[in-house]
Amino acid sequence: MSDGTPAQGTDGTRGVGGSRTTSTSAWATVRRGLRFTPEITRGLGTTLAIALLATAGRVVVPIAVQQTLDRGIRGPGGPRPGLVAVIAGLALVGVLISAAASYQANVRIFRATEAGLATLRITAFRHVHDLSVLSQNSRRRGSLVARVTTDVDTISTFVQFGGLMLVLSGGQILVATTVMTIYSWQLTLVVWGCFLPLFVLLPRLQRIVARAYLGVRERVGATLTAISEAVVGADTIRAYAVEERTQARIDQAIEAHARAATRAQVLVASSFSGGVLVSGLVVAAVAGVGTWIGMDGDLTLGRLAAFLFLVQLFTGPVQMGTEVLNELQNAAAGWRRVLDVLDTPADVEDPPDGVVLPRGPIRVRFEGVGYHYPGGPPVLTGVDLDLAPRQRVAVVGETGSGKTTLAKLLTRLMDPTGGRVLLDDIDLRRIAFSSLRSRVVLVPQEGFLLDDTIAANLRWARPDASDDDLRLAITELGLSDWVDGLPHGLATQAGQRGEALSAGERQLVALTRAYLADPDLLVLDEATSAVDPATEVRLQRALDGVTAGRTFVAIAHRLSTAESADLVVVVDAGRVVDVGTHRQLLGRCAVYQRLHASWMRGSTDQQPGIEVRGASSSAAPEAS
Amino acid sequence: MVGRGIRDEPWVFALSVVGSALYGIGTAGSGWLLGRVTDSVLAPAFTTGTLEAGQLAWAVVQLAAVAVFTAIGVVLRRAAAGITMYRLQARYRRLVTRQYLRLPLAWHHRHPAGELLSTANADVEATWQVFAPLPMSLGVAVMLVVGVVAMVAADPVLALIGLAVLPALMAVNTVFQRYMSPRVMRAQALRGEVSAVAHESFDGALTVKALGREAAETERFATVSGRLREANIAAGRTRGLFDPIIEGLPTLGTLAVLVAGALRVRAGAAGTGDVVQVAYLLTLISWPVRSLGWVLGELPRTVVGWRRTNGVLQAGGAMTHGDGEPSGTGPATVEARGVHYAYLAPAREGAGPDEHLPVLHDVRLDVAAGSTVALVGPTGSGKSTLASVLVRLVDPQDGQVVLDGLDVRTLRAGAVASSVALVAQNAFIFEDTVRDNVTLGAPVPDSEVWRALEAAAVAEVVRALPEGLDARLGERGTSLSGGQRQRVALARALVRRPRLLVLDDATSAVDPRVEAAILSGLREGIGSVTVIVIAYRMATIALADEVVYVEHGRVLGRGSHEDLMARLPGYRALVTAYARDAADRARIRADEAGSPGRAS
Repeated sequence: MSDGTPAQGTDGTRGVGGSRTTSTSAWATVRRGLRFTPEITRGLGTTLAIALLATAGRVVVPIAVQQTLDRGIRGPGGPRPGLVAVIAGLALVGVLISAAASYQANVRIFRATEAGLATLRITAFRHVHDLSVLSQNSRRRGSLVARVTTDVDTISTFVQFGGLMLVLSGGQILVATTVMTIYSWQLTLVVWGCFLPLFVLLPRLQRIVARAYLGVRERVGATLTAISEAVVGADTIRAYAVEERTQARIDQAIEAHARAATRAQVLVASSFSGGVLVSGLVVAAVAGVGTWIGMDGDLTLGRLAAFLFLVQLFTGPVQMGTEVLNELQNAAAGWRRVLDVLDTPADVEDPPDGVVLPRGPIRVRFEGVGYHYPGGPPVLTGVDLDLAPRQRVAVVGETGSGKTTLAKLLTRLMDPTGGRVLLDDIDLRRIAFSSLRSRVVLVPQEGFLLDDTIAANLRWARPDASDDDLRLAITELGLSDWVDGLPHGLATQAGQRGEALSAGERQLVALTRAYLADPDLLVLDEATSAVDPATEVRLQRALDGVTAGRTFVAIAHRLSTAESADLVVVVDAGRVVDVGTHRQLLGRCAVYQRLHASWMRGSTDQQPGIEVRGASSSAAPEAS
Repeated sequence: MVGRGIRDEPWVFALSVVGSALYGIGTAGSGWLLGRVTDSVLAPAFTTGTLEAGQLAWAVVQLAAVAVFTAIGVVLRRAAAGITMYRLQARYRRLVTRQYLRLPLAWHHRHPAGELLSTANADVEATWQVFAPLPMSLGVAVMLVVGVVAMVAADPVLALIGLAVLPALMAVNTVFQRYMSPRVMRAQALRGEVSAVAHESFDGALTVKALGREAAETERFATVSGRLREANIAAGRTRGLFDPIIEGLPTLGTLAVLVAGALRVRAGAAGTGDVVQVAYLLTLISWPVRSLGWVLGELPRTVVGWRRTNGVLQAGGAMTHGDGEPSGTGPATVEARGVHYAYLAPAREGAGPDEHLPVLHDVRLDVAAGSTVALVGPTGSGKSTLASVLVRLVDPQDGQVVLDGLDVRTLRAGAVASSVALVAQNAFIFEDTVRDNVTLGAPVPDSEVWRALEAAAVAEVVRALPEGLDARLGERGTSLSGGQRQRVALARALVRRPRLLVLDDATSAVDPRVEAAILSGLREGIGSVTVIVIAYRMATIALADEVVYVEHGRVLGRGSHEDLMARLPGYRALVTAYARDAADRARIRADEAGSPGRAS
């Protein structure tokens, strides 16, 4: 948050809000987080009781020492090894019970928290997918991954190493104090007196440590972003030979992280050493005051020795406690980041008791639909449309005119900020997701592929599709030649993010996949922009055939699509300026005429393009 | 590996060891001191009922001094150990990322981005994590020695009985490690899997949503998460079993010492103080001894992390460079001589050798200085790969690329980039300002940046941004549309005034009208430059002096547009597809309407 990036919209401010980290808010986070994961608190009472039993076992040794010294060795009759053996035997039983209890408590805690954290992870994962495309874009995708991985891992690690310790520490301090008071209330006062300043200081220190940890986590994020540029942008970096500049940026992020981490470490070391120092001083004070009190006959040597052991039992958890609390700050920071995701409302929500649409061609209506990004200018205004079932519709317009937004609103990847979108006269927001997604499918411009075979990628839309189904779909779309030309046909690996295929081939896979899903309303958002013209024309004709029974909307980058459509929607500067057939529009719509003229110039080597081409087609001499 | 770390950061590490030693001596010393104080001050005082105030005060001061001493040791140890660790992490992150920037793209294609990120982050961290508890362990060794000496000095027999638990402790620790490390490693591996699934799934979020795959994706994620949960519980169960044992063993020793102590005191062989001292030292030492176990516990992670980190550091095959300088100052010539190229797709787990996917076969091509060549071919024919080979993003497996008469492999590093600019199909935008995205750090005046933006027909878009050239782009900043991103990338190429410009379908996401504007701007803006343009559009092809037709990774023909139209049916089918389609439709419409249609 200190890298000077201006906070953007709600997400940015949320990120900044995370910095008001106090130890109280750490507890608040834990409490809030537990609501999402009831598994953790289930049976916690029993676990605590068992843990207390485990703790009680720890005072066995000091008591044994006291009994041995006072009664076994320095008793009136001189040393009595027999009695000492009995004392030791009893103590042994106590230790064994405590060990068994400790094992039980450990296992119970692990099982409960891991179950809870798995739930948390999965809930957060699902929630990320439920966030609208808008939210996903405005956050760093890498950071979203971190929320369901490292952030949850931080909590898990904390529980593995410190969870029980934290529970036991409290109990141990309690038990130690009780037994100490029985031995000598004066010395107990001395011990508490020494630790009081520490207890007052610690919360303040915790807050500083928490801030430092938060800083470290942010630097980790920044470092990852910097490194990911070097990995994802490897082509560009090499093409422009900017390796050194990139390295400098990475180095900067790495250094900043190391500095922040070191700072946090020094802080933690100081706070821990404070505990060590006080513990040592307490021993000195107890020895001094204890002897002085002992003079008055209030204390035996055995009791004093036992007391020194008890002080160990007391200071141990206090020291460890500060450590564990520091770790808790770290875990709470991670937990808070996960909760932040869960707290972001899923702005595109699956309606409870959503309507299930019956199968069949879909009618689409836009009623005064508008859209603007939060705090941004309107992208779409006052869109009214009525698309009949089985209609083939082309949406045309210049770059940035709002075509893609139209497609996203139509498929409910986003909700309009004004007006409503209706499918078969039902508001999109009232339709159950399961029904909507099985009947309405969008093919985006950049088709995403899994790192798997082409067949596996196709099956993503319909897991039960047989090889024959895949073949059939490919044949129906007129793509058999392309698949046959691949080195291993359908078994060809798509590679990381489909990189083994060309951009056009990736689009072919994505399109076939959507077709396999067999929707009633198919929406293509410039889904064939990287495909060669011959293939595209072939595909276009195939689509005309196979979409006959469906409603079909194509955001068109090429006007050939518009020519064959039943209806053309012309979008300009966020408004629908005209709707009609290609021929009607050609006769009356200025925007469409302009688009068409430009398309003709670009796509044919005859007619309107002459004046542009004329200047450059005989360009050989001009260049030299 | 540990030795390497110490060599890299000797001084800070030494400091942390000194701190540990102080801490070790202090802790053991306090037990020894307490024993002595018990014997010389406390016991006589309790026995005789008289107390010499001076003596007691001196004892207290001594104890307090040891406490301060120990605390200083703790700060030194922990701070210095942390600094060692973080410095080593930073050093190796720099080394690893340097490798990423040095290694060829072919290497990058074989490694998932998620994996590379995880190596630079988690693996490097795991490698040096061991340095956090390491000084402590060394301190513990010192403490052990001091403690043992103190115990033996107090009473050798009791010391022997008490110390008998140490070998047992070591043995239990060893067994613990043997059980624990496979479980820890499994959990670590599953963590990687969980991350990979999340990465892939969020990457394709739009498609997941568009196809309504949220539930199925959640199911997939839940499966790996469930496996991770089981692995974590298994590890926790093992830890839960061994923790009480390791903790309980010293207690057994203490109890044994008490019993034996009673016998020794009765026999007159030891004093009460000796018993207290040995028992106290034993409890004091037992806890830190466990830190040795932590070091051992970290080792498997460290080894795995180091293996992966070292794998990157040792990876060879970086592009070799000569010291040649491209001669020309005007437009460049470029030539491909018998170029073969194949992608290496890494084999899926257990699926045999890497897959060889040949893309280019014996490609011969020469582009004259100042000419404009259009590269045309069907989807997947190898045009983009040829572009990468020509600008030396990748080296061909066979054949050579010659720039200005020199094999590109003989040119100095950076020489190709200073003469050649490639605008790729998918524009990569840095998380940076518009200005830096165009200049990429080169000292270019704003006026030049604006000219480039102007020529790329994106100046208006930038002008509309409130911060203008200072507006930040990327995930955190303004998000541009696909077409706008491409044009920013185009401006990035133009501002460098390249001598060879390669446009890989660089205007594909742009409306035809805008493209027409860019193409004419390009022509006027840069003038004297060699241009290779990959395109499908007639307007783009029309700009070219020569057209090269590529199919299935082979050059099938070259010549003027008219020439290829006449000779190559594949070319003809490709470039006239829209026109024929429009004609067909017009004819059908005409037939249907029974009136003459408007043919194009």
